Amino acid sequence: MSVINVTDADGKRIPATQLVLRYVLLLAVLALTVGPFLWQLSTSLKGPHEDIFGSPPKFLPGEPTLDNYTRVAQTIPVWDYALNSLKVATANVVTNCVGAALAGYALARMRYRGRRAATLAFILAMLVPVEGIMIAQFTTMRDLGLNNTLLGVLLPGSIGAMNVLLMRNAFLNLPDEVEEAAYVDGANVWQRFLRIALPSVKGTLAVVAIFAFMGAWDDFLWPLIVLSDPENFTLTIGLNYLHGTFANDERLVAAGTIIAVLPLIVLFACLQRFFFRGVGEGAVKG
Amino acid sequence: MKTPTATGTITSGPAPAEPLVPGPGRRPAGRRTPRGIRRHLPYSPWLFAAPGLLVVGAFSLYPFLSTLVNAFTDRRTLVPGEFVGLANFRELLDDEMFWIGLRNSSLYVLGVVPALVILPLLLAMLVQRHIPGITFFRSAFYTPVVASIVVVGLIWVWMLDDRGLVNSVLEAVGVGRVGFLSDQWLLLLSAMGVTVWKGLGYYMIIYLAALANVPRELHEAAAVDGAGPMRRFFTVTVPAVRSTMVLVGALSSVAAFKVFSEVYLMAGPSGGPAGEDTTLVMLVQRVGTGLSGRVGYASAISVVVFVVTVALMLLVLRADRKEDA
Repeated sequence: MSVINVTDADGKRIPATQLVLRYVLLLAVLALTVGPFLWQLSTSLKGPHEDIFGSPPKFLPGEPTLDNYTRVAQTIPVWDYALNSLKVATANVVTNCVGAALAGYALARMRYRGRRAATLAFILAMLVPVEGIMIAQFTTMRDLGLNNTLLGVLLPGSIGAMNVLLMRNAFLNLPDEVEEAAYVDGANVWQRFLRIALPSVKGTLAVVAIFAFMGAWDDFLWPLIVLSDPENFTLTIGLNYLHGTFANDERLVAAGTIIAVLPLIVLFACLQRFFFRGVGEGAVKG
Repeated sequence: MKTPTATGTITSGPAPAEPLVPGPGRRPAGRRTPRGIRRHLPYSPWLFAAPGLLVVGAFSLYPFLSTLVNAFTDRRTLVPGEFVGLANFRELLDDEMFWIGLRNSSLYVLGVVPALVILPLLLAMLVQRHIPGITFFRSAFYTPVVASIVVVGLIWVWMLDDRGLVNSVLEAVGVGRVGFLSDQWLLLLSAMGVTVWKGLGYYMIIYLAALANVPRELHEAAAVDGAGPMRRFFTVTVPAVRSTMVLVGALSSVAAFKVFSEVYLMAGPSGGPAGEDTTLVMLVQRVGTGLSGRVGYASAISVVVFVVTVALMLLVLRADRKEDA
């Protein structure tokens, strides 16, 4: 019998029975968490004459086809919607990174009267739940003439208070001495921010960027409220529209959801550690 | 800085797309606040902070204040409205839909929070040991967190469809088909299941960080004393991660009370046939938006949402303190 010899981080051997039990449980949870995505993918690849309702279910498409992806684009302008989502998400990354880095630097690295008040403003803003103020945000957007525009979708979250405070914390961890030295060498505050402080917080900046992208790409409630013209829909709103209007063809909805989720799964696969770090910094920072 | 200050999440759904509010300190206590350096022009800090303050002021703080004011007016989307005192709140008391919303949002908290406090902890313990392939499993379990709630909602609408995968399997094993999305209560329960499913991976990562700080010696000492796995779980693991459990409880209860998307997608915009599955935030959205939106009345419901979420926070934190005593 081959020796199953798996050790954990501390070099302790894990008993074989426990190991088997662990893998069985892991595979069960895997089926539960990833299975539904795969079922959706499978549905989106099934041909028009294939039975998608059968019992027992068929997990693999009998005649795999990309036809549903073509047809969903004929039903709703899904690629335009994807482009709208991409625009909002990209802009959201830029505004959040720039705005949060600047404000975070001002809160952490400068001395002036009113610093506590400014910090408090961001803390309070972070505590205000979006769901509670969305109606007032909507009327504000109407007053600004920005309802039903992508700019209107972008603005409320364009510089998240949470991101400002994350950047502030990152800047707080830098020692004062380096910047003092740069000052002595004649660097002004802008140069010190750009050349000394910013490069030291790249990790946190990456976290802000990723969560800004994901937040905008995935957002549903706010775009639903601010967008009314199908012309300007983002992908999530477009999918909701597709589901409400053409719910009779599950293959199309499945293809649409795969289009919406695939970019983020790829992003996540490439940049996992930043995703996990973001959860840690966001939820457990002091 | 050491007490959890989490009083609200900024995104919808218990597995927020954005990072959450500060919790118990990971940093050692007594952190000094760097003084910062005063080597800049007097107005420089304000130039740096201006974009952030402007956005946060215009789109968070101002709307918050205007919500509080609007709640006492009969403002509509196209009509400025006048001060009406407590009329909106009096109307709420007689509005059957409001009570349905309050009931469903409250049930959501009761259903979702225990599951989201306990299941991700068990999951974190399952993926804690560094056995081969474990990073793959951790990432895979996190996938639902990355997906948009719309994608997740539509996937489960199809899974739980009368002719969907779950019912196909149930029929194949002889249980027969179940109307997950047609019965009022089953639908609410299914939506809760979806919320938990999407949140598992997120809270798992939070617990994983907490578990890493539990000294291994504690487990070994307990094992030497003859404590079995169950006993070690309750005497070693749970006390060690208790503050994290409180944090997760606080975050997930606030998020659960504000549930919108899951139920909206699964029950439809009107919240099921007679609106019986409407949640409070769905009601705000339905009443307050569009050209005929009743901004004043929707603001009054929003104020109720504020008050209940703050109350939930205080309740969770107080329950925590009582256990301390």
